[in-house]
Amino acid sequence: MNGSKKPADRSPSPQPTSGSFQKAQETITQKLREYYDSVEDEGIPDRFLDLLEKLDEAEKKAGKAAEEAGRK
Amino acid sequence: MTSARDGASPDFKRDLLAQLPALRAFAVSLCGRSDQADDLLQNTILKAWSNQESFAPGTNMKAWLFRILRNDFYSELRLRRRELPDSDGEHSARLTVHPGQHAALDLKDFRRALEALPNDHREAIVLVGASGFSYEEAAAICGCAVGTLKSRVNRARASLRELLSLAEDDDFGPDMAFPAAGTAAKPV
Repeated sequence: MNGSKKPADRSPSPQPTSGSFQKAQETITQKLREYYDSVEDEGIPDRFLDLLEKLDEAEKKAGKAAEEAGRK
Repeated sequence: MTSARDGASPDFKRDLLAQLPALRAFAVSLCGRSDQADDLLQNTILKAWSNQESFAPGTNMKAWLFRILRNDFYSELRLRRRELPDSDGEHSARLTVHPGQHAALDLKDFRRALEALPNDHREAIVLVGASGFSYEEAAAICGCAVGTLKSRVNRARASLRELLSLAEDDDFGPDMAFPAAGTAAKPV
């Protein structure tokens, strides 16, 4: 794995590559995930689950009606 | 005779359901925690549902859904822009993160900084940094070149560093990029 040294996605711009720069990047990455995860973890409000149920039911009904109409 | 179709494919419903939390997090990242985010999610569900035939099973449903949501966000934005006065200045004014504060940088500060980014920068860093998409997938979702997307992510990072005073120096922002008129110690 050490054979070819891959510069892992290093930006070519003349950014400071000091430890604190890395630390800043990591902080941003970490905070972004934390923020996103906190929203994700809230789960889905019931109204959206209800909506999905209704859509599904409506479609099943429509499908059945069409099927019956097709038989006649 | 088309193949019988009794309701949505159970797979489609199940997969859609599984993606809802991530989809909602993306909606909230795009427009903040608001009714707008919920409306966006609702529209996306409706659109995805009525266009499920256009989804190719076996392909990336998450990316497909994110693209629908994103497109809806921008069409709504175009409508709203016509209705609402421009509020661009407001965002930066609200940002009052103090230099040196980032040791205890809380999520609220981070969220504010994220909201202050231009939409295209924000969505880029969220898609790649939080939603778990590759640069290629994110570029496809945003309908732009991979290089463009990468540059947006980099610029988003740079702005966040600056807005949050996460610059090279640990104690102070590099050049007090935000002189923050009236920064006078906000009560914490």
